[in-house]
Amino acid sequence: MMENKTKTACETCTHFNADGLKKLGVKTEDFDFILALAGNPNTGKSTVFNALTGLRQHTGNWPGKTVTRAEGAYVYNNQKYKLVDLPGTYSLLSTSEDEEVARDFILFGKPTVTIIVVDASRLERNLNLVLQILEITGKAVLCLNLMDEADRNNIKIDTRILAKDLGIPVVPTSARFQKGIPELIQTISELANGKIQCKPHRIKNIPKNIEKSVNELSETIEKEFPNISNSRWIAFRLLEGDTQIIEALKSGKFVSNEY
Amino acid sequence: MNTKNIENIIALAEDLRWQIGDDFHDNLAESIYTDAAKIVEDSVTKDNQKSKFRLDAKIDKIVTSRIWGFPIMLLILSVVLWLTIVGANYPSSMLSALLLDTVHPFLKNLGTNIGFPWWLNGFLFDGVYLAVAWVIAVMLPPMAIFFPLFTLLEDFGYLPRVAFNMDSLFKKSGAHGKQALTMSMGFGCNAAGVVATRIIDSPRERLIAIITNNFSLCNGRWPTQILLATLFIGAVVPQSLSSFASLTAVIGIAVLGIFFMFFFSWGLSKTLLKGEISTFNLELPPYRPPVFWKTIYTSLIDRTLIVLWRAIVFAAPAGAVIWLISNISIGNESIAAWSIHALDGFGFLLGLNGVILVAYIVAIPANEIVIPTILMLTVMVTGIHAGAGDGVLFELNSVTATADILKAGGWTLLTAVNVMLFSLLHNPCSTTIYTIYKETNSLKWTLVATILPIITGFIVTFLIAQIWRILV
Repeated sequence: MMENKTKTACETCTHFNADGLKKLGVKTEDFDFILALAGNPNTGKSTVFNALTGLRQHTGNWPGKTVTRAEGAYVYNNQKYKLVDLPGTYSLLSTSEDEEVARDFILFGKPTVTIIVVDASRLERNLNLVLQILEITGKAVLCLNLMDEADRNNIKIDTRILAKDLGIPVVPTSARFQKGIPELIQTISELANGKIQCKPHRIKNIPKNIEKSVNELSETIEKEFPNISNSRWIAFRLLEGDTQIIEALKSGKFVSNEY
Repeated sequence: MNTKNIENIIALAEDLRWQIGDDFHDNLAESIYTDAAKIVEDSVTKDNQKSKFRLDAKIDKIVTSRIWGFPIMLLILSVVLWLTIVGANYPSSMLSALLLDTVHPFLKNLGTNIGFPWWLNGFLFDGVYLAVAWVIAVMLPPMAIFFPLFTLLEDFGYLPRVAFNMDSLFKKSGAHGKQALTMSMGFGCNAAGVVATRIIDSPRERLIAIITNNFSLCNGRWPTQILLATLFIGAVVPQSLSSFASLTAVIGIAVLGIFFMFFFSWGLSKTLLKGEISTFNLELPPYRPPVFWKTIYTSLIDRTLIVLWRAIVFAAPAGAVIWLISNISIGNESIAAWSIHALDGFGFLLGLNGVILVAYIVAIPANEIVIPTILMLTVMVTGIHAGAGDGVLFELNSVTATADILKAGGWTLLTAVNVMLFSLLHNPCSTTIYTIYKETNSLKWTLVATILPIITGFIVTFLIAQIWRILV
């Protein structure tokens, strides 16, 4: 079925290098880049994962069926990408086990690029997680998945404005039908190789007194850890009294590369 | 890295936290929502009039309603089972005609012609081959129908609605609502259901889900239920009602399993596994039309063939064991005959017999081979010559011939009812036991999960047998 579809104009263009893609399944050693796949439950992360790696992780229309981290890999233009499918979460602000797995990997696993999969037909609810992730990492791409459903519900999304507001590239996809996957792969490659620079959205509309405290704290953190990119997020967590982050600071987890 | 500086950072954070007060979390969450709303306002336009969400909401109102929720669940289960029972018949008989009536004699002749000694010929073709062939003929067709149907429902988005409907029941029994999902997985395969309990965060509630998963009638046990219901339950009502009666009996057993699952979840949460009930959010996902052929294909490859392969791997050595215990004698009795006689008394108390108990011991690796083992052993002790001889597993072409053999072995309606109950209530298969051990990492809980259902089975069948004998 899928094989016989006609090629779109993009796919016949020379820049569009879908031929450079090789799905590697579970062979994840010696990778050049590491990618994290994050998003709300039931947005199709596992389907995107399968489309990229050629694996057949079980997918199903119920939230929470990815119970552990799944790993896979693919090669694109001779560079090897290791892909980690994280459990779906609505937020990174509480401390349930699946949220911890997801947060720890984005924070300490230092993925080159984080792919944030969202349900295009429920964008507003999904943005809650997106904005939190963007506080932790700037190198991210928004995979606007389930576009077919959004279309059916007569929801139109201006991806340019969305990309500008979020400060990261936005790729519309329908992973179940393999649509948009080549574009996603290309965008990931450009991000990983530094051809696209992001200016991630930072949470605005914070009450003045809180903003002041956050700034003071994050400046102090930056003085101690000059190379850290998410001092503001750490400040959020410290102000909330997150004991795990306090432990991580004490043990030096933020500067080491061990995970 | 300077420890003192880090202490300072933490101290500063403490100070600031006092200053900004404890509504920080709410303030931050609110800021995020404000930002999200602003971004969506910029980039998204929707036409609410034509939205499909309304249709989803309408469907949900019906399938999760207090009145219709449970009847619809039962109806869907009945339809899936009915399609499986009816649809599997034809390919099953074709497969057994091919594998048992054509290939088996061919192999035996081949063995004789090559010059195999009788014991090698018997061991290989009457033991190992026939066990495997029987499992394929009986297991493959129902699985190839049941699993894709189940996967289609899963892809469509029905499972979370089941969880939603049953949530309050689980809460009352002290368990986690997500157990509804792992229970549903157990209807396919208990080992898969046990692995699926990883979606439950709280260790207490997860243990409850693991221990009680075996009360979901698994795929290896459905054929036993279906066969016995057809032979014995269907036979006591008029012809026109027989398939309805058998279907009701099978569903009755499945529902009884769900009852026991709730009962033991409740019992465990009141005794060994006391604790808080954790709350959770369950999002009802939108209904999605499944990608039909792709779903069929992947569920055939990923589920059906994997489960079938497992059954074959266990059936082959079991077939060998059955042949061996029937053909190796201690004194003037074969091992099989000796153990059957030893267990007959205990079996009678339970309304079963020695043959059935021996069959359940031989079939610990795979529930699928219980019925063929029972048939073979029955033929041996009753001395009927209806098949290829002692220790040979066989498929009987006509269903009535199967019933005749069982009746010659002393079976009554009580035996059939109790075997159906015992099939629901006995130890998990060895794969599931091993999976439970791997998931819990505890011998104690593995033992509990293994022994609890079989003790229940002994008690239930014993009581039924005594009451039956008094009344009938």
